[in-house]
Amino acid sequence: MEKRVVFRSAWLPYALVAPQIAITVVFFFWPAAQAVWYSFQLQDAFGLKTQFVGLQNFAALFKDGNYLDSFRVTAVFSALVAFIGIAISLLLAAMADRVLRGALAYKTLLVWPYAVAPAVAGVLWAFLFAPSIGIVTYVLKGFGVDWNWILDGDQAMLLIVIASVWKQISYNFLFFLAGLQSIPRSLIEAAAIDGAGPTRRFWTVVFPLLSPTTFFLLVVNVVYAFFDTFGVIDATTQGGPAQATQILVYKVYHDGVKAADLGSSSAQSVILMFIVIALTVVQFRFIERKVQY
Amino acid sequence: MVENRPGLTFFAHAVLVAGVLLVAFPVYVTFVASTHTLEAILQVPMPLWPGDRFWENYTQVLTAGSTKGSKAAAATMLVNSTVMALVIPLGKITISILSAFAIVYFRFPLRMFIFWMIFVTLMLPVEVRIIPTFKVIADLGMLNSYAGLTVPLIASATATFLFRQFFMTVPDELAEAARVDGASPMRFFRDVLLPLSKTTMAALFVIQFIYGWNQYLWPLLITTDESMYTTVIGIKRMIVGGDATNEWNLIMATAILAMLPPALVVLLMQKWFVKGLVETEK
Repeated sequence: MEKRVVFRSAWLPYALVAPQIAITVVFFFWPAAQAVWYSFQLQDAFGLKTQFVGLQNFAALFKDGNYLDSFRVTAVFSALVAFIGIAISLLLAAMADRVLRGALAYKTLLVWPYAVAPAVAGVLWAFLFAPSIGIVTYVLKGFGVDWNWILDGDQAMLLIVIASVWKQISYNFLFFLAGLQSIPRSLIEAAAIDGAGPTRRFWTVVFPLLSPTTFFLLVVNVVYAFFDTFGVIDATTQGGPAQATQILVYKVYHDGVKAADLGSSSAQSVILMFIVIALTVVQFRFIERKVQY
Repeated sequence: MVENRPGLTFFAHAVLVAGVLLVAFPVYVTFVASTHTLEAILQVPMPLWPGDRFWENYTQVLTAGSTKGSKAAAATMLVNSTVMALVIPLGKITISILSAFAIVYFRFPLRMFIFWMIFVTLMLPVEVRIIPTFKVIADLGMLNSYAGLTVPLIASATATFLFRQFFMTVPDELAEAARVDGASPMRFFRDVLLPLSKTTMAALFVIQFIYGWNQYLWPLLITTDESMYTTVIGIKRMIVGGDATNEWNLIMATAILAMLPPALVVLLMQKWFVKGLVETEK
């Protein structure tokens, strides 16, 4: 779609886009180009000499057990965050769509965690689950569960999943609620007249009609788990214990900033860029479909 | 609702109340912890009822930070967070609305190229270009400065697309009338488009306020000076070691201070917040 009526000026449009383009070039394209350039180079330990090594950094990464493990950790983490987050939010949204009284109050009480920074969410849950003083740890001990996420990798993973899901529930909830409210009442009524109970109606009518929202949220949640959960991890497990929670983004940060391995970190950045591009393509493909739908 | 089933309605309320409590529980415990002495919290189990150290703890963090970890005063950090949370949305809105105006209302040779340049930035989040971006900031001498904290985060494809999408829905007749009346493009922009864009701007502002306030990785990288810490970074810097060595009462007081402003913005501007959330994702 294009505008029929346009203004004419030889210089004005360039002046208007100049600020955004300047920032984009300096802080987006230039660093991204440098990341690609560094990824083909090898630096010595003191950063004094650099050497062009072609694809060697990439080859080394794919032979590195730690890196492949980080892929596995990221896959498990994002699958758990997306699945648990979507399931809980869908349940809450379906219930909120059902109740007549207090629907707005519930909505208000459920949306605010969106405002909490991921790092703060991490600190909150780390405190609840703290191995020696945490209140949840204390309750778990009562049930005979020995909780120590500082030593146990699976528990550390569970902790960051809980903190990440907690923060994302409000977002998923709002989209599901909007999706549910846009389903025509007549369809639900028709199903009810045909004798379908609430559960049956949900799975055969409501859930299929919600599938565009669900798919959209799936993509958004995977992106969220890949990138925005950096704060959660850095404030709690810092990738540990023994890299059990080291997702790809955290490894880029760790190798580049803490271990100062520029070549490898940049190669990882480039791989991540490809993942983002793939995810963006999926997201836009889907949005094309939503417009027609 | 299509049928009356009291049992099911009760179940729905029960699930929702459980959800609300589950969501609120960590924040309640945080608040309780921020009102006790450290000794009280280190007891197992910690008290679940607010204590009497509210003023002492909050005055301590606001003026002097923690004693074992970061000594940055929360008052300064709140100012820094506020600067980030205001400059980023205002800057984003300004540059995005200008470039969207140019892309929609002008025809110029590099138009599509520029459009795609902006689009591609969607695929380059800070997380994937951490170190080179840090180097650029260091080379420009922008470490530990407000400019360094905000300017790199201002460019945004989503905001530009949002305005572009909105401008597309503005009737052509308005621009035509403005041209017939001899109004310059900027006059049309100021007197017609800006007033029409108010709701879009408000929605975008709420979302970007939260985005700016909650920034983590970026300030973590480029602030080394305690006076430039944002609140979220400050909390992380107050955590110094294992369970018992942290001053949890002070950390939790700072956490409450860090959550309060964005939570208030979401609750008070809920209508704009929901609109912004739904539209920026389209």
